Amino acid sequence: MTQLPDDNILAQSGLAPTGKSGRILLLACGALAREILDLITLNNWSHMDLTCLPAIFHIHPEKIAPAVREAVAKHRETYDDIFVVYADCGTGGQLQQTCDALGVQMVAGPHCYSFFEGNDRFAEISEDEFTAFYLTDFLVRQFDAFIIKPMGLDRHPELRDMYFGNYEKLVYQAQTNDPALTEKAKDCADRLGLAFERRFTGYGDMAKALKAL
Amino acid sequence: MSEEDDIILSELNDEELVQQMFDDLYDGLKDEIEEAVNILLERGWAPYRVLTEALVGGMTIVGADFRDGILFVPEVLLAAGAMKGGMGILKPLLAETGAPRMGSMVIGTVKGDIHDIGKNLVAMMMEGAGFEVVDLGINNAVEGYLEALEEHKPDILGMSALLTTTMPYMKVVIDTLVEKGQRDDYIVLVGGAPLNEEFGKAIGADAYCRDAAVAVETAKEWVARKHNQMSA
Repeated sequence: MTQLPDDNILAQSGLAPTGKSGRILLLACGALAREILDLITLNNWSHMDLTCLPAIFHIHPEKIAPAVREAVAKHRETYDDIFVVYADCGTGGQLQQTCDALGVQMVAGPHCYSFFEGNDRFAEISEDEFTAFYLTDFLVRQFDAFIIKPMGLDRHPELRDMYFGNYEKLVYQAQTNDPALTEKAKDCADRLGLAFERRFTGYGDMAKALKAL
Repeated sequence: MSEEDDIILSELNDEELVQQMFDDLYDGLKDEIEEAVNILLERGWAPYRVLTEALVGGMTIVGADFRDGILFVPEVLLAAGAMKGGMGILKPLLAETGAPRMGSMVIGTVKGDIHDIGKNLVAMMMEGAGFEVVDLGINNAVEGYLEALEEHKPDILGMSALLTTTMPYMKVVIDTLVEKGQRDDYIVLVGGAPLNEEFGKAIGADAYCRDAAVAVETAKEWVARKHNQMSA
């Protein structure tokens, strides 16, 4: 396993590029850093370098497109190409428009939940599974920082059913096989009052998109 | 014991009580709001006056501070819960006392989407502003919208979506209205986190509303415009 950056830093500050190697800069969400670094190491993709925007933009999607624009402007002279490792991620098409305007490519799909599952399969199951609340490895590890605290559930647990009353189950999309993380995901489901399902996805369409670069 | 704990609501004069209700709404204190509503009613305030001056007045402050990034969703939800408590007392009385009616709205979250926090806030603030609201809840297919429009004949159709994957369904509903020649019968307002003004225009809605307060203002403006056109 690759030496990985701290989740709290990835959440709040992101990750700077190494600047040491790579023709292609992967400009990613901090929530994907571990997975991308793992893929780079496993596949020996020495032509790639990684920089991440703060993962906390997951709950402030309006910040993603402007931050991507700024980061592309900052780094594009240093690399032959930049690939944006975000899906739409709640930007309502704005990220795609930004990438088109900048002439850079991004991962297809509405969300990381979708590309981890595989966009085609996610589209198929979403008709029957729209009462599922999804967590990835990163979101399980950062459950308190990304779910409990921003929603005020630490201070006002009585709000839980206003947020989650219409959901039926929590689907843990596991990128890795980690029993401790699975236990934590189960605990997350209990805290939200939801049924639990674990589904191993691996890196899904994200791996395919990066392999194609 | 804090200073706030010492406040006896019934000992405040009307002006002080309304001010205290603004504070209590801001802090999401449902029991205190319900008590204050009852006090004002006992003092002879008309239900509509309690609603507009105390509750809507207080929620307007909450809405403005939410927009300015001073308050966040959890606090707004608590405030909304407190307002709902007050509205629960006032609603039956408003019907009895013939409060002014601004217009009517059918509202619902679109098919495949179960998110209703924003939609519920809009419905509540619209009711507070004097609109009659029929709330269809979540996961509404086009047939459900059409049925409700036929039954209630509202001035406004409101649609909400939180997901990038479900927001295009609003266009399905609007296109169906166009096909049936009914599009111009309704003011169509849309909202939800991933939406923006451009999307609203692209799908043929009349307006995109970024939050509940904007929805109320937009609804009032469009209803007034519609009535002016009809009387011209």
